[in-house]
Amino acid sequence: MIEETPRWRRVVDALVRSILPVVLALVVAGLIMLAMGSNPIDFYAGVWKYGLTGNNWQDSLRLMAPLMIIALGLIVAFRGQLWNLGYNGTYLLGSVVAAGFGPVLYPVMPGWIVTAILIVGAILIGAIWSILPAVLKARFGTNEIITSLVMSFIAIGVVNLLIKGPMHDPNPKVTAPQTATIPKADLLPVLDSTRVHIGVVIAIVLALVAQFVLSRTSFGVRLDVFGSSPKAAQHVGISRSWMIVLLFCMSGALIALAGSIDVLGNVTYQRANWNPAYGDAVMPFVFLARLSPLAAIPLVAFYSVFANGGINAARSVGLNSDFLLVVVGLILVFMTITEFVGAKRRLGQSYLPPGMRQTVLGLVQRRGTARRAKA
Amino acid sequence: MSDLLSASVLAAFITAIIVQTMPLIMAAIGETIGEQSGVLNLGIEGVMLVGAYSGYVAALASGSAWVGMLGGIAGGVVANLLMLVLNTWLGLNQIVIGLAITIMGEGLTSVLYLQNYSKHPQSVPQDAWPIPGLSDVPVVGPSIFRQSGIFWVLILVMIVVAFMLARTNWGLSIRAAGQKPSSLDAAGGSVMRTRTQAVLLNGAFVGLGGAFLSVITTGTFTAFMTGGLGFVAIVITMLSRGKVHWIVITSLIYGIAVAIKNPLQLVGVTVPADVFQMLPFVVVMLTLIIFARSSVVPPALGTSYTRGAR
Repeated sequence: MIEETPRWRRVVDALVRSILPVVLALVVAGLIMLAMGSNPIDFYAGVWKYGLTGNNWQDSLRLMAPLMIIALGLIVAFRGQLWNLGYNGTYLLGSVVAAGFGPVLYPVMPGWIVTAILIVGAILIGAIWSILPAVLKARFGTNEIITSLVMSFIAIGVVNLLIKGPMHDPNPKVTAPQTATIPKADLLPVLDSTRVHIGVVIAIVLALVAQFVLSRTSFGVRLDVFGSSPKAAQHVGISRSWMIVLLFCMSGALIALAGSIDVLGNVTYQRANWNPAYGDAVMPFVFLARLSPLAAIPLVAFYSVFANGGINAARSVGLNSDFLLVVVGLILVFMTITEFVGAKRRLGQSYLPPGMRQTVLGLVQRRGTARRAKA
Repeated sequence: MSDLLSASVLAAFITAIIVQTMPLIMAAIGETIGEQSGVLNLGIEGVMLVGAYSGYVAALASGSAWVGMLGGIAGGVVANLLMLVLNTWLGLNQIVIGLAITIMGEGLTSVLYLQNYSKHPQSVPQDAWPIPGLSDVPVVGPSIFRQSGIFWVLILVMIVVAFMLARTNWGLSIRAAGQKPSSLDAAGGSVMRTRTQAVLLNGAFVGLGGAFLSVITTGTFTAFMTGGLGFVAIVITMLSRGKVHWIVITSLIYGIAVAIKNPLQLVGVTVPADVFQMLPFVVVMLTLIIFARSSVVPPALGTSYTRGAR
C-alpha cells in the first residue's frame, strides 16, 4: 500500500498507535485518582509491586491464561466482522462444566481422562451455545450484537440455576450457592516449583497456532477476505453462512475453553453470580493488537499484570478494584480517538482489517475516499 | 392462601411492581428514542448507574427526591456526552463506545460510592403524596395513591413521549434518522441535530430511570445496583418496536415477574430469582426466532451517518 514508507517507520508508527491509548488512559486515570484524593504514583508503584515482584508474577501469569484464550476467541469473531458480545455467558458455561462435573467425575475416573472430558465438554457447549446467534445472522441477517448479548444473559441465568440446583456442593455444611471444589491433586499440573499452571502454556501455544493459521494458511486468507467484504467472499466461493456459523462456533468454543481452564487451573470451584467479565477487559487489547494473536500476547500480559497488581494497589491507595474498570473504559475511548486521529493523519496502519475498519471508522474512511475522488 | 390475598400483602405486591417497573420504563423510553434515531447505546447500563449515583448524591444533599431526579437526569446526560461527541459527531463505533460507557460507569460509581458513602450509608428521604379520599381505599390506596408525586409526573411524561414519538414531526424525524437517514436530509431535516437530541434525551431518561431506582425504589445506592437492568431495557426496547404502550406492558410483565417472588414465597412456592431475571431474555430470543424474517430494529441502527456519503 504505502511502499515509500520504510519498514521500521511503519513498525514504530504501529507501536505508537498501540501503546499511546494505554499511556493516555493511564495518565487520565492518574488525574482521576488525584481528583479523588489518591496518589497515582503510589497506585502505579503498587501495580508493579503486587503484579510482578516476589511471587506475584506467577499469579499474573495464572490470570493471563483465560484472558489470552478469550482474546483469541474475540479475534476469530472480530476478524470476520462478527460482533460476538456473548463472551461473559459463554465463559461461565465453560467454567461451570468444569466446576460442576469435575468434583463428581474426578473421584471415579483417572484424572487426565476427566480433564480431557471436561475441556472437550466446555468447548462443545461453547460452540453449541453460539450456533443460535450465528444461524439467525446467516439465515435472516438478525443483528448478532443483540442475539449474542441476549444469549449471554440467558447463559448466566442457566449457570446460576445449575449452581444453585443440581451442581450445588452435596456437602450439607455448604449453604452458600457454590459447586464442590475440585481436589487439589487433580488440578492442571504446575510448572516446576511455581504456581503457574500448564493452562498458561496452552494459551500461548494456542496464540501461536492461531497466528500461524490466520497469517499462513488458506483458511486465514479466506477469513480475511470474508472479514473485509462478505460479498467479495461469496464471489470467490466462500460460503457466507458457513463462515458465520464456523467463526461463531470457534469463538464460543475458545471462550468456553478459557472458562474451563480457569476453573481447572486456578479457581477450583464456582460460586453463583460469579462473573469476572474478562471479555470486557480484554476487548480493548484485542483491538490494540489489531486482531493479531501474536501482538495480543504482550498486551494481554500487560493487562494481566495490571489487573493482578491493580486489585491490591487500588486497595492500598483507598480505592476499590473496580477502578480497573475505569482504566479499561478509558483505554477503549482513547483507542477509538487515536484511531480517528490516526486515520486522518495516516499514521501507520490501522488496527483493523479493512472491513472492520469500515464499521469502526465508516465516517473517516468515506471522507477520505471522497477527498481522493475529488483530487 | 388467605395470606396471599390479604390487603397488606397485595398492597406490598403492587408497590413492588410499581417501583420495579418504573426505572425500567424510563430507561427503555430513553433507549427507544435513541434506537429509533439509529443510535444503539450499549452504554445505558453505565449511564443508569451514573444516574443512580448522581441522583442519590443530589437527593441526599438537598433532602428532596425531586432534586434527586434532576441529579439523575444531569448525570445521565453528562455520561452520554461521550456517546454524543465520539459517535454522533465524530462517527466512531457505537458498540465500542457503548461498552466503554458501561464499563466506566460501573467502575466510577462503585469507586465513588466506596469512597464517599460506604462507611456511613444513608437513606434518602421519601416523598409521598397521599391523594385525599383515594389513599384510604384498601389495597390500591396505600400502594398506588400514596406514591411519590414523581410517580404521577413520570406517568404524564410517558404519555407526552408516546404522543411526541407517534404523532409529531419531531417523532417522524427521529424515526427517519433511524430508518433512512438520507431521506431525512433530503426532506430538509438534519440527521446530526436529530440524533444529537435523541442521544441527549436517551441520557436524560436513562439517568432518570437510574435515579428512580436509587432514590425511590431502594432509597440508597449500592455498587452495580442495576444488575443488568440496562440490558433488560435494551431488550424491552427491541420487543416494543418504538411503541411506548408496549414498553409499559412488557416492563410491567417484567416487574410483576420480579415482584411476585415474595407473595409466592408466602404460599410456599420458591422459584429462583434467576428464572425471572432470565425470562425477558428468553422471550426476546423466542421472538427473534419466530419473527426473524421481519426486522425488529431500525435498518440504520448502529451506523454512523455522513451527509453526502454513498
